[in-house]
Amino acid sequence: MSTDVLGKPIKRTEDPRFITGKGRYLDDIKLPGMVHLAILRSPYAHANIRSIDTSAAKAAPGVLAVIVGADIPWNPLPMAWPAGGASGIRNNTNMPRILATDSVKWTGEGVAAVVAQTPEQAQDALELIGVDWEPLPAVVDAEKATQPGAPQLHENAPNNVVFEWNVGDKAGTDAAFLDPEVVVRQRLVNNRLIPNPMEVRGDIGWYNSGTDEYTIWMSSQTPHIQRLLLAAFVTGIPEHKIRCISPDVGGAFGSKIFCYADMALVMWASKLIGGLPVKWVEGRRESFGSTIHGRDHITYVEVAATRQGEVKGLRVKTLANLGGRLSTIGPGIPTTLYGRILSGPYKIPNVYCEVTGVYTNTTFVDAYRGAGRPEATYVVERAMDLVADELGIDPVEIRRRNFLPPDSFPYDNPSGLLTAVNGSKLYIDSGNYEPALDKALAMAGYADNAAKKAEARTRGKLLGVGLSTYIEVCGVAPSKWIGAVGEGWGAAMWESSNIRVHLTGKTVVTMGTQPQGQGHETTYAQIISHELGIPMEDIVIQHSDTQGTPFGYGSYGSRTSNVGTGAAIKAAAKIREKARRYAAHMLEAAVDDIEVEGPNYRVKGSPDKVKTIQEIAFALDLAFDTPEGMEPYLDETAYHDTPNCTFPFGTHIAIVEVDEETGHVDLVRYVAVDDVGKKINPMIVDGQLHGGIAQGVGQALWEGAVYSDDGQLLSGSLLDYALPRASWLPAFELDETVTPSPVNPLGVKGVGEAGCIASTAAVANAVIDALSPLGIRHLDMPFTAQKVWGAIEGAKGGRA
Amino acid sequence: MSIPSAFDYTRAASVDEALRILAADDGAKVLAGGQSILPLMKLRLARPGRLVDIGRLVELRGISKLDDGRLSVGALTTYAELLDSPAVHYGVLRDALPTIGDVQVRNRGTVGGSIAHADPSSDLPAALLALDAELVLQSARGTRNVPADGFFAGPFATGIAHDELLMAVILPAPRDDAGSAYVSLEQPASGYAMVGVAAVVVRGAGGLIERAGVGITGVSDHPYRASEVEAALSGTDGSAEVLAAAAALAVSGRAVNSDMHAGSEYRAAMATVYTRRALEAALARAG
Repeated sequence: MSTDVLGKPIKRTEDPRFITGKGRYLDDIKLPGMVHLAILRSPYAHANIRSIDTSAAKAAPGVLAVIVGADIPWNPLPMAWPAGGASGIRNNTNMPRILATDSVKWTGEGVAAVVAQTPEQAQDALELIGVDWEPLPAVVDAEKATQPGAPQLHENAPNNVVFEWNVGDKAGTDAAFLDPEVVVRQRLVNNRLIPNPMEVRGDIGWYNSGTDEYTIWMSSQTPHIQRLLLAAFVTGIPEHKIRCISPDVGGAFGSKIFCYADMALVMWASKLIGGLPVKWVEGRRESFGSTIHGRDHITYVEVAATRQGEVKGLRVKTLANLGGRLSTIGPGIPTTLYGRILSGPYKIPNVYCEVTGVYTNTTFVDAYRGAGRPEATYVVERAMDLVADELGIDPVEIRRRNFLPPDSFPYDNPSGLLTAVNGSKLYIDSGNYEPALDKALAMAGYADNAAKKAEARTRGKLLGVGLSTYIEVCGVAPSKWIGAVGEGWGAAMWESSNIRVHLTGKTVVTMGTQPQGQGHETTYAQIISHELGIPMEDIVIQHSDTQGTPFGYGSYGSRTSNVGTGAAIKAAAKIREKARRYAAHMLEAAVDDIEVEGPNYRVKGSPDKVKTIQEIAFALDLAFDTPEGMEPYLDETAYHDTPNCTFPFGTHIAIVEVDEETGHVDLVRYVAVDDVGKKINPMIVDGQLHGGIAQGVGQALWEGAVYSDDGQLLSGSLLDYALPRASWLPAFELDETVTPSPVNPLGVKGVGEAGCIASTAAVANAVIDALSPLGIRHLDMPFTAQKVWGAIEGAKGGRA
Repeated sequence: MSIPSAFDYTRAASVDEALRILAADDGAKVLAGGQSILPLMKLRLARPGRLVDIGRLVELRGISKLDDGRLSVGALTTYAELLDSPAVHYGVLRDALPTIGDVQVRNRGTVGGSIAHADPSSDLPAALLALDAELVLQSARGTRNVPADGFFAGPFATGIAHDELLMAVILPAPRDDAGSAYVSLEQPASGYAMVGVAAVVVRGAGGLIERAGVGITGVSDHPYRASEVEAALSGTDGSAEVLAAAAALAVSGRAVNSDMHAGSEYRAAMATVYTRRALEAALARAG
């Protein structure tokens, strides 16, 4: 019998190829006859295009074609998730075209393209394209963009408003603020982030004139969705004439979910030049303007509470900066994925949230690791600390007094998880918050905070301790909720799995999900091995190609471990059932008498009458002796729609020291107790937490897009946009509680985003705690040394 | 994509050949470790007509002790090699070198390349200024030694004539009564110093400060010697009060840089803080 590998810290089977340089990423693909495309990008944040002169570029060495937007009759990119779904809420939609035609709305919007024999020739020819620009006034700040007199980006969007959306009980919440014992109010800025996966994006388009088919290799989280969107919404080319392939993907963080103009552009270019493959790979600097950004909220939060710290009302107004045009699901992120979980793990009876989506002359904004949930967590976790500060109650105590008790679940939260109009209910499935909090407090030595702060003061340091008692929503599911009118993107969100046990017993599993470095090839193999008793090394997990894998919605929103594993388990159950029926035939027993243990199918009470799944696969493949009505082969496909999202939770504690003289913030300890349910592979879970925590810390301490007033991205390269570095981070101290999710067959929840959702608020609360002895109550992220120093000096009255 | 515009390339087989090309071609730039010029070229911010690659001129590599005890550091010596040499006797180099770039940069980037490139925020110039180093410049016209003080003329501007090659950096003879240190406040994205201060102090008779050298980078349009700070320390006992008063002169008379990472007010304040900290560390090492 094979060893059960489920739940074991198995080393990732994909890592040998990744760490020895043998991964096959988009730019590693070199096809016969392949030529290269480069995109001319707008140097202006806002300008009209009077004319484009491509004559000199066309005559440049090696140039095969120069393309402008007017050449391409295809549709603009699709809007897949307007705010409010199909509820009729007005969305003043403006989507990017394949190349801009009349005007540009941000620096970096594509204007023209060159196809040439070499990348060098394409780049050189770009410089020969002459654009007659009419520069226009720009606006980059969402609050300024909505004010009278602001530059207007789109005729159909007065005051640059994309939508006005709300959720929750307005009257009830207003009532909670009528005569509250305590109110705190704060303006919070959730800084704009630039995703920067290690591998930038790119595409190769190939038009096969022999078959009239297009193949697009893309660095994408969602090849199946892209085929659908490119076919049905952008190009009009039939879906069965398009094949999308994601090779190894070197990170994404959400930025590779979307339908990008370049995907269609390489298709168009390949056909235009007669069917040679056309490659485009964005440069790192180009990526800052051509791939989505994340976050960028301005929020006014108000909390009504009793003097005992019981929160009675949460009222939130958010301006979400969505950029110059919209990305594929841009409006869905600051609405459904944000407003509906604002109450977090707390029993807040009245919650109301208004969100205004805003156009500005900036790069489009869409889902970035956590997507709405980090923003919500930041609001409610800062709010809890503000209440604690106002009342002089410890932040831990405030949280205890407001936590949902463990008997609350399933819980319908008042900010409206349950309100899909077709009656489907989404509820917080499970939770038990205090044990994780208690464990984290013990690990962090929270009781000794005062002594630690006093000791730090002797070294010229202000020590701060910050908590984030977060919840996460994994899955973006089920279809009846996220696809419902008035809620989501009008599409389903199930997943798929096909399992074939071949004649030799070797097993090929194809999945509709799409890894970007998460280790799916390992974790799915662990699950299939567990389910079928087949050794892991006999199982291969395939994915990423619309030809050869069942349709799937891809990987994002921490959905793979909830929804994808559900499909794999279901397909395995079908295999097991068929194998059981065939074993009964082989062993001349009744089906009901066959019991399955690992790979062995045995007759009850006759332990020597046994067939292994490998023997069954062999016989059923040869099919010499198949019972009436049974098809040959062990080959089963399953589709799984999870009944609900899953809700990981936990407590993160950050300890920082602020250099009082310089404002430099040092993260000195980080403790995290996460409850992600059962774990498929605890080593991979830890890896996801490490990366997520680092990314969230990055937002708090270093990262932040900076635009000049005229829309130039000042933080436009890695020389000016600071990503977290390993040497700046302490060794993370991780632990767990385990509350299995009742909605997943394995009890797993998901962990791709949890670290990132929790850690930003923990660090922010720690920095504010450190500064609180100076009377500082709030400071916006990122907490750069200069900003913190300015706050300290301001608080001391030391500045002129 | 990051692709340079077209350029000519010559790999120099000798110093003489490199000097001949530099003298003949106004558009030629020297390529050593390639850690500064190549990134600029890939962004098309620099478009030299020709690169003269001196990377294989072995005579420019390595560290030797001169007869008078001083150390001659060949221009092609990498940061990593310098860090693994007798030059690390100087605390200021022990501190500064590991903060430069990353492992790859330190393995490829050269001392001469950094000095000749003269980024106003790079770390090494501050150390050379504080150490009172000398630079050896050669052209077909001859060889000259110039002090580091005064060599840095502006952002990416030095006293190297177009036909000259920086051959070596000469560091003073290590001495046991000196202490030195480098501290910097790094711009988190680039790693370059927003404020970097190198300090060298020599304790004389009676424990008084006989000589102080202070080099500051990142703060003004070029790295400079803070001579007013040095003067305020000379002959003093280096008490906390003296250090504070001297450090307060760190940007005296200087136009202070301002950018989104550090405005001039913050930079000036940090120049004072880091000057004091560099002096404290240097004095502690001077014993």
